[in-house]
Amino acid sequence: MAEKVLMKGNEALAEAAIVAGCRHYFGYPITPQTEVAAYMAKRMPKIGGTFLQAESEIAAINMVLGASAAGVRSMTSSSSPGISLKSEGISYMAGCDLPAVIVNVERGGPGLGGIQPSQSDYYQATKGGGHGDYHLIVLAPASVQEMFSMTIKGFDLADKYRMPLMILTDGTIGQMMEPVSIDQVQVNTYEKPWAACGRGNRDHRNIVNSLSLNAPELEQWNFDRYKRYEIVKKEEVMYEEFMMEDAEICVVAFGIASRVSKNAIVEARKNGIKVGMIRPITLWPFPEEALKKAAEKVKSFISVELSMGQMIDDIKLAINCSKPVTLCNRTGGVIMSPQEVYEAIEKAAK
Amino acid sequence: MEVFKKTKGLTDAQFHYCPGCTHGIIHRLVAESLEELGVLDKTVGVASVGCSVFSYNYFNCDMVQAAHGRAPAVATGIKRAKPDNIVFTYQGDGDLAAIGTAETVHSAARNENITIIFVNNAIYGMTGGQMAPTTLPQQVTQTSPYGRDVTVVGYPVKVCEMLSQIDGASYVERVAVNNVRNINKAKKAIKKAFQNQIDKKGFSLIEVLSTCPTNWGKSPVDALKWLEENMQTYYPLGVYKDKYAQEENK
Repeated sequence: MAEKVLMKGNEALAEAAIVAGCRHYFGYPITPQTEVAAYMAKRMPKIGGTFLQAESEIAAINMVLGASAAGVRSMTSSSSPGISLKSEGISYMAGCDLPAVIVNVERGGPGLGGIQPSQSDYYQATKGGGHGDYHLIVLAPASVQEMFSMTIKGFDLADKYRMPLMILTDGTIGQMMEPVSIDQVQVNTYEKPWAACGRGNRDHRNIVNSLSLNAPELEQWNFDRYKRYEIVKKEEVMYEEFMMEDAEICVVAFGIASRVSKNAIVEARKNGIKVGMIRPITLWPFPEEALKKAAEKVKSFISVELSMGQMIDDIKLAINCSKPVTLCNRTGGVIMSPQEVYEAIEKAAK
Repeated sequence: MEVFKKTKGLTDAQFHYCPGCTHGIIHRLVAESLEELGVLDKTVGVASVGCSVFSYNYFNCDMVQAAHGRAPAVATGIKRAKPDNIVFTYQGDGDLAAIGTAETVHSAARNENITIIFVNNAIYGMTGGQMAPTTLPQQVTQTSPYGRDVTVVGYPVKVCEMLSQIDGASYVERVAVNNVRNINKAKKAIKKAFQNQIDKKGFSLIEVLSTCPTNWGKSPVDALKWLEENMQTYYPLGVYKDKYAQEENK
């Protein structure tokens, strides 16, 4: 039996980064991700790592870029307004094919918004955020245990595909405490022959760069990158199915919204409503095939999310609008109750 | 008899710089310093955005291309990841003293053990000659067509003077490359800035007054003269801070 410790989501995530071999953390204070930086500030000096509080979110992501370019595992964490500031650097990292883990413990927006939990950065995380043709792999943990395991997985995927990866979570998952099993972890490491860390005995210089004024060349770089994205889409989709065997209604929800939805689904089942859930764990790549398959069986979908309705677009695209998709949502830092989800399910069942 | 040779610190790529531009001289001084100190194999340079954006094609070492103004942050990341590497940035005035002011000031405040080569030609060159943070009062540029009016757009930023007030900064000197004597002094300063990094003495910044004949609308010779008569009076040459010399003199 694995040993379990009680941890906050943000702390589990920070510890996982250390377990994954990350020794370079650069950040800037913002609520509600504070515990990540605080944990790193305490731990990194004890294990020969670097914790550096940068002068801005912009500087922090560019420090991550530099450390990653030099070949080490590095990360930053922030919350919604801070991620907007980091978006320039994230685009550069995508353009330079640099791996890193970027954590967004989302809060309500737009603008300065609030500090309560939200999922309204879904578009930003999955559709870009920064400029240019690129994607991030986006992981959405739904428990403190997953904050741990997804962070380890995140470093692995980022290195494997040489791309920045985002852990998209929210203030609730970040702040809540749950038991976590932290042993028996497999950590893979990758050779980085491309790293700019001094030429040494190499017969060529390494240049980490996203610039080309030669349009066909830049186009080719994008084509090559998107070929890699196709492999990610084929190999790395993760999702959980819950009570989907005979379901006639399919709830789609991730992160904290999936936890709320589960309660509602269990209640609805007690009352004879055949409802299940598909929980995307990778938001990009989105579990399109799973939804397409579900669309052959179910009568309708409900997108349960903490935004004005962002993931709902991807659901409609995945199923080619073949079935009705309704929205059950709260936003601005408000979390829906299981009762609200239950009512949405009941309405869909009629 | 010793024959002058091209430094191993530069690749064979042809410079894209305009005729008479002093970037070429400054590149050579940086490259020679790295070669003479024997650190080319462990150096990582950070290119910035501006005329020197392609410097990664010229410096014969590993290079990272940074976003506009962010080179000192990128250099910080590299240096923290690989403290035994020699890490430098090569930045222009718009990059370093406008959009990247925070990164400049705070890398100095942290006494980050990096070397910054700051090329000040008082104009945005690559984009075609707009007013820079270091454009002189009354200087005509594309975006100050009636001359820089300090009552409307404010005054130039004196980077060395500013950084000399920061406790963290170790070594800050302003040099120029408008004549042989000044070029020799510039070389000495640049080499010292790298030696400081090797000796783990922390943050060094060398500001190099440079010309932009194309966007100044002057011949290369007139540009050198304009630098001496106008820039050098507004931006006096000299050592603005040398923490270790100060300590040695105590």
